[in-house]
Amino acid sequence: MQLAGMGAGALMLPPFASMANEVDPADLLNPWIDVAQKKQLADIALNTTKSLGATYTDVRIGRYLSQAVSTREKRVQGISNTESYGVGIRVIANGTWGFAATNTVSPDGIKKAAERAVAIAKANSKFQKEPVKLAPNSSYGEVSWRTPIRKNGFEIPVKEKVDLLLAANAKAMDKGASFINSQIALINEQKYFASSEGSYIDQDVFRIYPTFSVTSIDRQSGQFKNRQALSTPVGMGYEYLDGNAADKIQAPGGVILYNKSYDIVEDASIAADQVKEMVAAKSVEPGKYDLVLDPSHLWLTIHESVGHPTELDRVLGYEANYAGTSFLTLDKWQSKKFNYGSKQVNIVADKTQVGSLGAVGYDDEGVKCKSWDIVKDGILVNYQAIRDQVNIIDQKESHGCCYSQSWADVQFQRMANISLQPGKEKVSPEQMIANVEKGIYIVKDGSFSIDQQRYNFQFGGVLFFEIKNGKIAGMLKDVAYQANTQEFWNSCAQICDESDYRLGGAFNDGKGQPGQVSAVSHGSATARFNGINVINTGRTI
Amino acid sequence: MAVLSKEEAKKILEKVISFSKAEGCTTNLNGNERGNIRYARNSVNTAGENSNVALSVQSYFGKKSGSASINEFDDASLEKVVRRSEELAQLAPENPEFVEPLSAQTYGGESKTWTEATANITPEYRAKAAADSINPAASKDVTAAGYLEDSHGFNAMMNTKGLYAYNKDTGVDLTVTMRTNEGTGSGWAARTLNDVSKLNTAAISNIAIEKALKSRNAKAIEPGKYTVVLEASAAADLVRLMLNLNARQADEGRSFLSKKGGGTKLGEKLVDERVNIYTDPWNDEVPASPWSGDGQARKRMDLIKNGAVANLTYDRYWATQKNVAPTPNPGNAIMDGGTASLEDMIRDTRRGILVTRFWYIRAVDPQTLLYTGLTRDGTFYIENGKIMYPVKNFRFNESPIIMLNNLETLGKQERAVTSEGNPNGLIPSMKIRDFTFTSLSDAI
Repeated sequence: MQLAGMGAGALMLPPFASMANEVDPADLLNPWIDVAQKKQLADIALNTTKSLGATYTDVRIGRYLSQAVSTREKRVQGISNTESYGVGIRVIANGTWGFAATNTVSPDGIKKAAERAVAIAKANSKFQKEPVKLAPNSSYGEVSWRTPIRKNGFEIPVKEKVDLLLAANAKAMDKGASFINSQIALINEQKYFASSEGSYIDQDVFRIYPTFSVTSIDRQSGQFKNRQALSTPVGMGYEYLDGNAADKIQAPGGVILYNKSYDIVEDASIAADQVKEMVAAKSVEPGKYDLVLDPSHLWLTIHESVGHPTELDRVLGYEANYAGTSFLTLDKWQSKKFNYGSKQVNIVADKTQVGSLGAVGYDDEGVKCKSWDIVKDGILVNYQAIRDQVNIIDQKESHGCCYSQSWADVQFQRMANISLQPGKEKVSPEQMIANVEKGIYIVKDGSFSIDQQRYNFQFGGVLFFEIKNGKIAGMLKDVAYQANTQEFWNSCAQICDESDYRLGGAFNDGKGQPGQVSAVSHGSATARFNGINVINTGRTI
Repeated sequence: MAVLSKEEAKKILEKVISFSKAEGCTTNLNGNERGNIRYARNSVNTAGENSNVALSVQSYFGKKSGSASINEFDDASLEKVVRRSEELAQLAPENPEFVEPLSAQTYGGESKTWTEATANITPEYRAKAAADSINPAASKDVTAAGYLEDSHGFNAMMNTKGLYAYNKDTGVDLTVTMRTNEGTGSGWAARTLNDVSKLNTAAISNIAIEKALKSRNAKAIEPGKYTVVLEASAAADLVRLMLNLNARQADEGRSFLSKKGGGTKLGEKLVDERVNIYTDPWNDEVPASPWSGDGQARKRMDLIKNGAVANLTYDRYWATQKNVAPTPNPGNAIMDGGTASLEDMIRDTRRGILVTRFWYIRAVDPQTLLYTGLTRDGTFYIENGKIMYPVKNFRFNESPIIMLNNLETLGKQERAVTSEGNPNGLIPSMKIRDFTFTSLSDAI
């Protein structure tokens, strides 16, 4: 993830679909063509490619909507509404993939794109050394899936969003913040998938991300700090902003955390107090510490050090020139005894988890989504793979994690929600901290960097609390920890129980050339890692 | 349709403007055609082409503005997009930072950003480029992965105050990663150019192959402070991070250019006095559009002069607040180099590290511009003026400001490709003392 520009094998902005056009917000609510029309159009593509000799075809007719409302202090900075629609057609001809896309969603436009896809496949087949082998997939007939939302964010008036953000800004400014920038971003993917194997899948996917950054500046010392919102992007409707009391968590250090519902006004108010403390905090003494990592922080460490290295295309070298490869070579998986982590570490990939960013009914090659084990009792047991990859790991069924950021881009293997399972023993974060002699409690993700094979990483955070003899002893600053992936996960000593399990995530995981983004969540409960190397990042220029 | 001439674009935009009923409007018309080929495991994986033209209209009434865009160009569609932007403007809240569009500007002639050869790249050219990379790799027990992307397109802008700006450009980017089949060596090389006739894929691929072969069986040495010889890509990876000279952030106190007690570091010495960085859209090697996105005319402008901050960049709103002239967003960055070759710098090094490039660079502290990242694809130990052996990759924690205060020698300028993003920069290789490596990585 990066705040501007491109990211490689990481997370990047912008989160919105490519080739999107700015539109009237009212247009975002207009129903598009109905399912029967989509099926008719898809059948044109399927018939065209079949007649030209394609042995497999899938068609994705997509309408991708986004809305973003941005403010700072007392003013609205931007309101953006975009819509992008078109058709992407992928075929196998001569054992080779071909892909073409068009924004001309008409019988003629689709026929031409279908012809181009077959022509590209045939042209590329000259360079193909290994013909595509697709794992079998069921024919699901005509089915549909929708993110289970209670409030469609696109139906909420823009003014209501502006008022909410300005209310949050006002709270922070009243409390003495120097600046605040805040934003609500909404995504809706209306995706229709049809394949030559007889599936016609209509899906309506929703995501939302409210966030802010509060800045405090001490003009005397010239120091400044930013405190980011403790929200997370989720696969939910506007109900995420209800701020239900039941979803608030009183965490150590006086921190208020949020689970399935977020109170942006309250968080902005607390942030204004905390950011001043962050400026004045004690600079960390470098050395070994036991780290107690909140899920709002740990999700990113899971993403980078487990999510990416277990992607099979990275393992095989397909991302070598961009995102990188992986230390998890096939022999480590084949040995059935590669110690990814300690016995407590169980990591599951899941494309069905309610409220997560990755949840859909079917992936972008029409495979019904599921969950599967990646690390079981500390041992690597599987990768993430799609239909044309699973044969390489002697499996007969795709994992259902194929995704494309829009109709205009070709689908490929993307990360499922990869989550650390909670511990079986009943432990709260307070009880965990009570047993730590010398440690740091870290809340919310911050700086991050990992090598191209995912061995060596460094993570920062937002809120750092010193733990001394089982008690929180005030805030720290200039903290970052460095570790090796396998050593880090083997130092995992304890994981809180399922009552503490929460999701974090990002809209903008980047991969591929040309680059594509994907949204993904990672769940965990608060977890303890012993003896991790902490460095001091304070400098003077 | 995707690449319109200056006159064709003007005709469309004049028609769009003629539909305007707002107090004023700004229109942008952009189009491009792109082609790419991607290969890995010594085989082509994907190849494709796409084209797009889009028109956007921003209408305003007082300080209320609204935007709409469309990619259809019949009269009814043109009128529709104008009406839609006007409706959105009426509904929008007042933006106190809204600044009226510029009047007609003078841009100083045709830019150097377009070359016919790049606009004429064919799928066959791309396939041959991939073959020029894959075949030499395969013959040396090396596996090639790479990506070639080319584009040609245009940008045009017109407003109701009489401004019309047009530019067309071409570009080609090649990145190649070569990994030895036994898994212990990796090399990388890349080029970014406007003119494809200067691109030699085979030669670039060979540089990466050589790096891969030479980097096999790297030894682990202790992290710590080292003298480093940074190839131009590695230097550019870090230098680009200090080129956000935004005046507003500095004035607000939230930038590395903010000063203790208030004010900015404009005019103050920031780095070694041999550091001179400027922007110039007319540079032959890294040409840029002669106008920035808001329509301002770009010209040569110093960014860092003799190590001091020569200019901060003011957008048009912030310039009115500070009562200064606005600054067009720079389209390129050129850092003066020296005469030393890489070999010269290595010869003059008693003990140091040669870095091909950096990777996964992320901000750690915006206050000090501290960044972390890793070396990658060719890191070598230098002793007594000679490259001794490849070493395992390092993680660094370093600020480009501290780095350029520790400058030893400036090498020759190159149009450098960075790990992420294209800085459109001409940056020299350089030798730096006391560069901070904080840990080792097993990554190859």
